[in-house]
Order: sequence, then C-alpha cells, then structure tokens
Amino acid sequence: MKSQSMPLSQLPFGRRGVVRELRADTGSRRRLLDLGLVVGTPVETVLRSPAGNPMAYEIRGTLIALRNAEAGQIIVDML
Amino acid sequence: MGLTTQSTGAQVRKDFSIPGPGKRTEKVIALAGNPNTGKSTVFNSLTGMNQHTGNWPGKTVTNALGRYQFGNEKYLLVDLPGTYSLLANSVEEEVARDFICFGQPDVTVVVTDATSLQRNLNLVLQILEITDRVVVCVNLMDEARRKRIHVDLELLERELGVPVVGTSARTGEGLGTLKAAIAKMAAGWRSQPRQVSYPPEVEAIIASLSPELAGLIPNSRWLALRLATGEDAVFSSLKYNQQDKSAEFLSVARRERGSIPIDLIVTSIVKEAEQIYQKTVRLEKEKPNALDRKIDNVLTSKVFGFPIMIALLGFIFWLTIQGANYPSQLLAKLLFGIEDWLNGLALWGALPSWLHGVVVMGMYRTLAWVVSVMLPPMAIFFPLFTLLEDLGYLPRVAFNLDHHFNKACAHGKQALTMCMGFGCNAAGVIACRIIDSPRERLIAVITNNFVPCNGRFPLLIVMASAFLVTGAGFLGEGLAAVAVLGVIIVGIIMTLWVSKFLSRTILRGLPSSFILELPPYRKPQAGKIVVRSIFDRTLFVLGRAVAVAAPAGALIWLMANITVADASLLAHGGRILAPLGWLMGMDGFILMGFLLGLPANEIVLPIIIMSYLGSGSMQEMESLAALRQLLMANGWTWLTAVNVMLFSLLHFPCGTTLWTIRKETQSWKWTLLAFLVPTLSGIIVCATFTAAVRMLGLGQ
Repeated sequence: MKSQSMPLSQLPFGRRGVVRELRADTGSRRRLLDLGLVVGTPVETVLRSPAGNPMAYEIRGTLIALRNAEAGQIIVDML
Repeated sequence: MGLTTQSTGAQVRKDFSIPGPGKRTEKVIALAGNPNTGKSTVFNSLTGMNQHTGNWPGKTVTNALGRYQFGNEKYLLVDLPGTYSLLANSVEEEVARDFICFGQPDVTVVVTDATSLQRNLNLVLQILEITDRVVVCVNLMDEARRKRIHVDLELLERELGVPVVGTSARTGEGLGTLKAAIAKMAAGWRSQPRQVSYPPEVEAIIASLSPELAGLIPNSRWLALRLATGEDAVFSSLKYNQQDKSAEFLSVARRERGSIPIDLIVTSIVKEAEQIYQKTVRLEKEKPNALDRKIDNVLTSKVFGFPIMIALLGFIFWLTIQGANYPSQLLAKLLFGIEDWLNGLALWGALPSWLHGVVVMGMYRTLAWVVSVMLPPMAIFFPLFTLLEDLGYLPRVAFNLDHHFNKACAHGKQALTMCMGFGCNAAGVIACRIIDSPRERLIAVITNNFVPCNGRFPLLIVMASAFLVTGAGFLGEGLAAVAVLGVIIVGIIMTLWVSKFLSRTILRGLPSSFILELPPYRKPQAGKIVVRSIFDRTLFVLGRAVAVAAPAGALIWLMANITVADASLLAHGGRILAPLGWLMGMDGFILMGFLLGLPANEIVLPIIIMSYLGSGSMQEMESLAALRQLLMANGWTWLTAVNVMLFSLLHFPCGTTLWTIRKETQSWKWTLLAFLVPTLSGIIVCATFTAAVRMLGLGQ
C-alpha cells in the first residue's frame, strides 16, 4: 500500500497516520517532542472541537489537543 | 555513576533550609511526575494534613512540603511541579530538574499513570539519567484495571533497575508498600538504573566530555548531554547552585555547545520508553479509552458542547448563591453579635469614642462584613470547581472555547482562569499559572477582572431586582436573572475584546502554541476535595482579604467621621467626584463607594447606603423596597442602576486581587495596568451609554 503524506491537520477524522517530519520551530517543537511526538509515532484524529479548531489526537495512549496551525506543521504518512 | 562529590553550595537546598546529605535528621524525598497522574493525591495520602503550600523561592510555581513518619525515620516530602519532561522548556521543568539534580534528595519518587505508561516512562528515563535513587510509583492501578490494562510491575522493575510499586492513591492501595520501598531506597538500596542508549555519535561526545566533568556534579553523563545539546537554562542553574565551579563548566560548554540536536536525544528516550512499554503492558481491549471518547463526543460536540457547559456553570453559580444565603446570615449574626459584645467591652473600659469607632465600627465591622459575605460562597464554589477539575472536565472547556480565544490572540486555558474568576478574581489570577506563555498569561491576568466574582454578584442581583424588574414573583426573578446574565455576557465580550486590543498594542505578538492534554475522566474523591479546596483556595484568599479589609475599614470609618468645615471627608469626596459621576450616569457618592470598596466588592453597597443615610458606619437595608425608596430619594433611576451594574463589572480589581497580581507578575507596572485597563473601560462604557440614553431622552 502506498502511503500519502499530509499535514496532521488534514488527516481525515478517525484515520491513522505516522509522523514523518516535524516542522514546528524550537518552542512548540520541544513541547511536542516531550509528549512523545517523534518521527515514527502513530497518531489518530479522534476529536473535533465545536469550531473544528483545535482538534484532538491520540498520541501514545494519550489525548492531545492541538490548534490546526500547530498540527499543520506535523507531516504524517496516512495509513 | 560517578557519585563522587558532595557538592558544597547547592543553593536550591538552602532556599528550603534543607541540610546537605550528611547532616540530615530526616530523609528528603522528591515527588516528581507528569501532570494528571494523581501525584498530588499521592502527596496528600502520604502526608495527610501535615503539609505546607507556598511558592518556590522567587518563582510563581506552587510548591508543597509535607512530612510523614515511617518506622523510626522521619521523611520530608517535596512535591515538585508536574512536568512532561526535564529538558527545561518551562520554569516548572527547571524547578523540578534543579531540585532533583542539585537538591540531592535521598529518594526521588516518580509518580506515573498506569493508563498512559508509555508517555510517562519518558520522564522516568530522564530522571534515571540524573539519579539512581529512584522509586517508580505506578499510580491509578484501579483505573487501569477498569480499562483492562495490565501492567507487569515485576518485569517493569527489572527493566528499569529501580523499585516499582503499584498504587491507587485514592483508595490507599499500595501506599504502605510505597513507603517501605522509599525507606529501603533511602537506606541505600543498590539500584541499577536503566540508561538510555544513544546513537554512537552521541555516545562518543558523552565519552569525550564526561571525564572533564567528573567530580563537578554527581552525574557527569547527564551534564555532558545537557551541555552538548545546548540547553541554556542549565548554565544559569549551575551558576546559581555551584558558583565556585561555574568557570570550568563554561569552558567545556563553549566547546561542545549545540553539537547534538535535541531531537536525537528525545527520539532515543521515546523509543526506549516504547520498548519498555511494549514488554510490560498488555491491553485486553483494543481501545481502552473507548468510553472516554464516547463522553468526549457529547461534551465537545457542536450541538451539546456549549449548552452543557453553560448549564453546568449556571448550576454551580445557582448553588453557590442559593447555598451561601443561609450560612452567610448565620455568620453575620454571629460576627455582629461579637460586635455588640465588643461595644459593651469598649463602654466598660471607657475607651475614647474615636478609638472605639476606628477599631470596632471601622476595622471590626468591615472585617465581619467581608468574612460573612465572602466565606460561605467561596466555601461552596471552590469545592464544586475542584470537583470539575478532578473529573477532568475543565480541559474540555478550554478545548471547546479555544477557537474564540485564538481569534483574540489569547490562550484557550484563559477560559478556565475566567471560570475561576467567577469564584474570586484573586484565585483566577493565581490560576493563570496554568498558561505557559508569558504573553498570554499576562493577558489573562489583566482581563480576569472582567468576569464578576462572588463579591460582585450580590450587588448585581440587588440592582437588577430593585430597579430593572418591577413585577414581582417568579417572572420578576427570571428577568432579574436575565439582566445579570446580560452583564456576564458583556464581561465576556469585554474580555475577548480587550485581550485582542492588548495583543495588538502593549502585549503584541502572535498566539503561541496551544498544546493541551485532555486527560482521561476520573472518579473524584468528594471528601478530600472539600478539605483541600477549602485549605488551598478558600482560606488562602480569605486570609489576604482580611489583611486588606482591616486597615481599609479603619480608613472608611475615619472618612465618614472626620468633619472638615461643614461635612465629613466622605461627603467632600462625594462632591468632588460628582461631575465625573454625572458623566457616567451615577453620582459622586456611588464613585466614593467603589473607591472605598477597594478592599472587597462586598462593601460597595453598604458604603453607598452609609453615605446616603449620613451615618458614620456601614449599613444594610432591611428590605429591597426600603432600599429602592432610599436610592430613588437620592435621585436614582433605572439608568443609574444599569451604570452601577456596568461599573461594578468594569472597574479596578479589589485590593486582594491587586495584591495577588503584584505577587504573580512581580511587577508594579503590570499591576498598574491591571488597575487602569478595566477602570478606563468602565468609564468609557458608562459615559457612552449614559450620553446615548440622555440624547434619546430615555433617562428618566
């Protein structure tokens, strides 16, 4: 199966992906890393806020909410 | 590990007057862990009521110390801030790291969440790099069982090389074992902590740096890593804690600074955690959090998200206001009964009347007033709020509302500090600590006063019931509630609007990142919540209020009783302020009431009544009708009432809150701004509204 790359913010609801690249700058990059969001981490879009931004993702067994601006800087391969 | 040197001058220890390892009469235990792991429950269960909460010296990070005894040994437990890592991205992480590293605790207990062990192990591995004196506490075992998550504790212990204890701090399960493990480790149990294996190029740099650093601090491998990844914060900590040796660090640091990218380090740690997790944790259900997701789908849905949120908060306000009524009356009866007794005492002691006035009619009466109207609502509101916190609902509120704060260049967590502000603005300001970025935190601090606190609700309700609603009965009450709700909405709009204004002017900048964990829902512990929230929040706020109220009470009495020329100082003040009062659709006495009501918003109306009656001490009216009559006789119309409501919402924070803002921001400049921003907003809003109404000829 050929995988398709996209920003995490565009990963369809309920789909899983694997982190390919982090484009965030130093500050938020470190905080994302601390949550275990390193290259190769599986993620899934599981929750949408009423306005559609932020969204919440399942990352290593925890639920993390990110604004679309941040999630847009995380590139994932859709599974 | 090179545990060779007893460092001499660890400042972080002196800050707490904790003696060096050789001279201790009690064992020092540090308590570390991720947020939302039930760490504070572990802390409370171990220490009971024997604890003290305060701040880390010079920092606005909460710190708690507690003591307990086990066997013949005494233990001092230091609760570190909850952090995801120790790579010092925030003040909290710096504080935690510095204490573990330089405070040289006898044991560091890492509290982890059994239901999200994978992420929690990152922190465990990072701490094992600093010290081998570690006990891992796998908490929330009951939640894990409920979700059918099996943790092989024995295997985990072998993998990590340090004692691992499973607990459910809520029920007390495993706490005895935990204490025993801590005692064993403190007595010198030999551990073999697991070390993260880094790629060869990283190991090579560590190997070249370590010998030079050996002997400077206990763990040279850890220090080599920090220096090589260029973590700037570590330099200042080293300097702060070991001034004598900082030159040596700096020369090594300059050479290798930044030679290892941080991603490489973190990735190695995360992968290692993942490996351990896969070996030791087994999921019986494919999706252990399925129930949480179902609840989330309702609580954050487009259709139900907001209605549920509003209903919940509305219910809490209603319960607070209704529930506080009776105890407030009781308390007032008791405290004013004491006043009568004090009066009798003063008479018997033949106290000069001015002294009696200042002390009893001024200081004591104000104090009694503030305590009796402030204590009961706070004692109800804060536990309810803590309940929502413990349930895990509050992060969902931030999640639901973040979009609107994002548009105002503010942070979603500001919604939570606002909710707290409904209880008490001083508590709301302290709550702003949960916002990591300094810019957004300041915005939240400065605008917190735009939500009316418990102290202002009674005034709003009285104004609405006495003036805006003429029809009595059920319909009248409903309309008054709508009017109060309207004021709250104005406050929320002002908050967003002013937040945006500040973001465009003084606090310019793009919104920083919003990364928020939505923790699993949890069963709260009712009993402990009440006790903790009363101790941590209610009494804390009340203490500060009392400290402000007493001197202010004396001042109010003096103003009302010192006569110059033909009138009291209060009356003179009212006259001077009359033109501004007229411009804002009120009068000078009302403005004097707000000014002298600085110690607490509860006393604004009593002061206004006092000045209209020309009496020398604060008064309350018997009935709403009598109040309405008195106010009308002094020229009030519905316009006056609306302006009083608006200005009550939009004016300077009370003394307690200002004091708290000064403490939290450590700056007079921001405190002044927090005073000016709402006050100017209030003057502008009231004056504009009044001018418009007068122009339309509706002012009567």
